[in-house]
Amino acid sequence: MKPEESATTGADLLVKALIDEDVEVVFGYPGGAVLPIYDSLFKQNRLRHILVRHEQAAVHAAEGYARSTGKVGVVLVTSGPGATNAVTGLTDALMDSIPIVCLTGQVPTHLIGNDAFQEADTTGITRPCTKHNYLVKSVEALARTVHEAFYVARSGRPGPVVIDLPKDVLMNKHDYTAPPKNPVEHKSYRPQTKPDPKKIEQAIEMIAKAKRPVFYAGGGVINSGPKASKLLAQFVHMTGYPITNTLMGLGSFPASDKQFLGMLGMHGTYEANLAMHGCDVMINIGARFDDRITGNLTMFSPGSKKIHVDIDPSSINKNVRVDLPIVGDATLVLEEMIKLWKAKQPKVDQKALKAWWAEIETWRARNCLAYKVDKQTIKPQFALERLYHHIKNKDHYITTEVGQHQMWAAQFLKFEQPNRWMTSGGLGTMGYGFPAAVGVQIAHPDALVIDVAGEASILMNIQELSTVAQYRLPVKIFILNNQYMGMVRQWQELLHGSRYSESYMESLPDFVKLAEAFGARGLRCHEPDKLDDTIKEMIALPHPVIVDVLVDQKENCFPMIPSGAAHNEMLLGPDDKAGKLSDEGMALV
Amino acid sequence: MSTDKSIVAHTISVLVANEPGILARVVGLFSGRGYNIESLTVAETNAKENQSRITIVTKGTPMIIEQIKAQLDRLVPVYRVRDLTVEGPHIERELALVKVRSTGEKRVEALRLADVFRAKVIDAKADSFVFEVTGNSDKVQTFVGLMETLGLVDVGRTGIVAMSRGGEPL
Ligand SMILES: Cc1cc2nc3c(=O)[nH]c(=O)nc-3n(C[C@H](O)[C@H](O)[C@H](O)COP(=O)(O)OP(=O)(O)OC[C@H]3O[C@@H](n4cnc5c(N)ncnc54)[C@H](O)[C@@H]3O)c2cc1C
Ligand SMILES: Cc1ncc(C[n+]2csc(CCOP(=O)(O)OP(=O)(O)O)c2C)c(N)n1
Ligand SMILES: [Mg+2]
Repeated sequence: MKPEESATTGADLLVKALIDEDVEVVFGYPGGAVLPIYDSLFKQNRLRHILVRHEQAAVHAAEGYARSTGKVGVVLVTSGPGATNAVTGLTDALMDSIPIVCLTGQVPTHLIGNDAFQEADTTGITRPCTKHNYLVKSVEALARTVHEAFYVARSGRPGPVVIDLPKDVLMNKHDYTAPPKNPVEHKSYRPQTKPDPKKIEQAIEMIAKAKRPVFYAGGGVINSGPKASKLLAQFVHMTGYPITNTLMGLGSFPASDKQFLGMLGMHGTYEANLAMHGCDVMINIGARFDDRITGNLTMFSPGSKKIHVDIDPSSINKNVRVDLPIVGDATLVLEEMIKLWKAKQPKVDQKALKAWWAEIETWRARNCLAYKVDKQTIKPQFALERLYHHIKNKDHYITTEVGQHQMWAAQFLKFEQPNRWMTSGGLGTMGYGFPAAVGVQIAHPDALVIDVAGEASILMNIQELSTVAQYRLPVKIFILNNQYMGMVRQWQELLHGSRYSESYMESLPDFVKLAEAFGARGLRCHEPDKLDDTIKEMIALPHPVIVDVLVDQKENCFPMIPSGAAHNEMLLGPDDKAGKLSDEGMALV
Repeated sequence: MSTDKSIVAHTISVLVANEPGILARVVGLFSGRGYNIESLTVAETNAKENQSRITIVTKGTPMIIEQIKAQLDRLVPVYRVRDLTVEGPHIERELALVKVRSTGEKRVEALRLADVFRAKVIDAKADSFVFEVTGNSDKVQTFVGLMETLGLVDVGRTGIVAMSRGGEPL
């Protein structure tokens, strides 16, 4: 057979390669440079294409899809503005370690560098916001590059990978290269997944000897797959030690478990933060000592020995110096730890542990998430408590936008399983939650998918109402409408003398009518005693729904550790005043 | 890991796949994360394997240096990262081309000093020389410094290349 007979166009090869990589869904938006790919998509029915209404939303949708399934999310956008619109999403995925493959169109190779129509230096622009990127210069390299990109995106510390595809490469013909049978060793990229056994031994010794231990588990446990969460729970139960989760780690340990202290960090619980502050051994599994966690670095958990398990050596000793670094995949590390713990049956100092738990219980008794209930106005915390009450026995997934509502969602919704909670943690991207919910709903068509939103954030990707209409996605948008960029307002109140510069949300749309304009349903609620009925109605409706919950405009999110303060300088409620922050503290974000 | 705050220069060798954009990745990493580059050299060193070697001299506290190495190692096209400064004895060399324009006593003195520094004359005109000098950076710097009063008009330096002593490859 002559090569021309068996050969296919680059675009067809691409589609074949995606199918071979187990891709089922692509989130995208067409344009001139990717027309050959859209033509190939048209001619097949294995890949489903979801047409979003903005390329940023395509990436967030792919993130929601990826985080809720553990698979790689796939994005397809055109050259120039299509690619630049995707940049926020890519940066978001990089910060939160979400596996994405983003295919971008590019002008034909002979025009690259000519300021051709809709040309952008996509690999240049996306270099700092991807785990890796490729410019495919010939059709021969196309299929191989796609397979490599998927491997890079999902292995090691996951992240977004861009493949820039000049139009001529998509139109030229070549034979197909199948994915390697065994994931071949990449020439230069070889993430370390197996931990050093000596380190495991040292870790077990440190953990066994601890008198005031705490587990601090993060998004890396979720990245590692659902098995890691099971192993984490098993190990934490074997030790009897307390555990806290980061925002990104929520769901890696069941929230209802009595060993769970809640989320830690800037808006974490009193008990979690004080346990971190006062512990003698900290066991970090897949968390990266983010500044939302550590606060003032010099005062962060000053008396503890720290064990840090992370698949990415660059996460270790970046912000906080640790005593025992363990490079490896959380699943493999936990397996080894459990094995050794069982073999050694170490004698934990039960008396010390009991005393430690007793101390923790006194912190817990502060009931730091308590808020003043109001008969007239809906408190946002109350709205979330009621929401949780109605969804907890249903198969549900939660996404959020960014702001106070996000933090309250983290505090008041309980996550019993991994992959049920999608939020933009590292980049804090307003506009993330709704498109992410679209991606989740595509992956889980029968589940209840709710975007907990703020009225400001939701406007950032509101155009996706058109997407949910087209695909009849019953996504629920639960807006905690405080008519303010609440998180901004809170900082202005606490740190800038209550000068509410530009944080009031003027001229908001009528969200009920807005929903209706897109064929969705709109509900509104402002009375606390009508809230339950509204939530029930939202759940019962088989349509996309916007619920506009008018909440207390002045409510602040507590606890709060002001930037630059230490864990034991937490504000617990409206009556606590922030001490005078240092200039250094004021400069922090 | 030390909590040492002292800032030390380190010479780091990085073996990379010689592919488009690799230098931009490395340089972008340094500028994006606010690390320092004192010197950087790059060239293909193994055409068959398509590998280049980048030698970087950077400064930072021990914690930053560790971070720089981990960040470099994380780049997909990077094969190996070695910190020559901590991994035992190594040699560093730099080459400079130094153009001097002078006549009379100064010209004689320049030539005499070049001889002392074992610099080669690689271009000569009635009123100028171009010297080629190699050595560690201190030597090159000293030579350039001496030429300043003797009619220095132009300097080109390669930056540092470095290698560990003994028989082991990178
Ligand atoms: C308004 C706002 C307020 C916030 N407040 C808080 C707060 O109060 N508390 C809080 O916790 N966060 C808060 N955040 C989020 C915060 O910014 C960070 O995103 C978050 O704390 C990081 O979570 P993480 O440490 O679990 O790391 P992630 O970003 O999830 O990173 C995962 C880590 O695990 C590693 N890893 C990946 N895969 C594996 C594997 N297979 N095995 C082992 N390790 C692996 C990675 O290398 C990385 O180091 C807030 C965000 C916003 C927007
Ligand atoms: C794209 C983007 N722009 C700006 C910000 C800064 N920011 C963080 S929270 C916030 C206000 C969010 O307001 P809203 O969505 O109403 O949520 P609330 O805090 O009121 O619950 C802003 C502007 C951001 N995180 N993302
Ligand atoms: Mg708001």
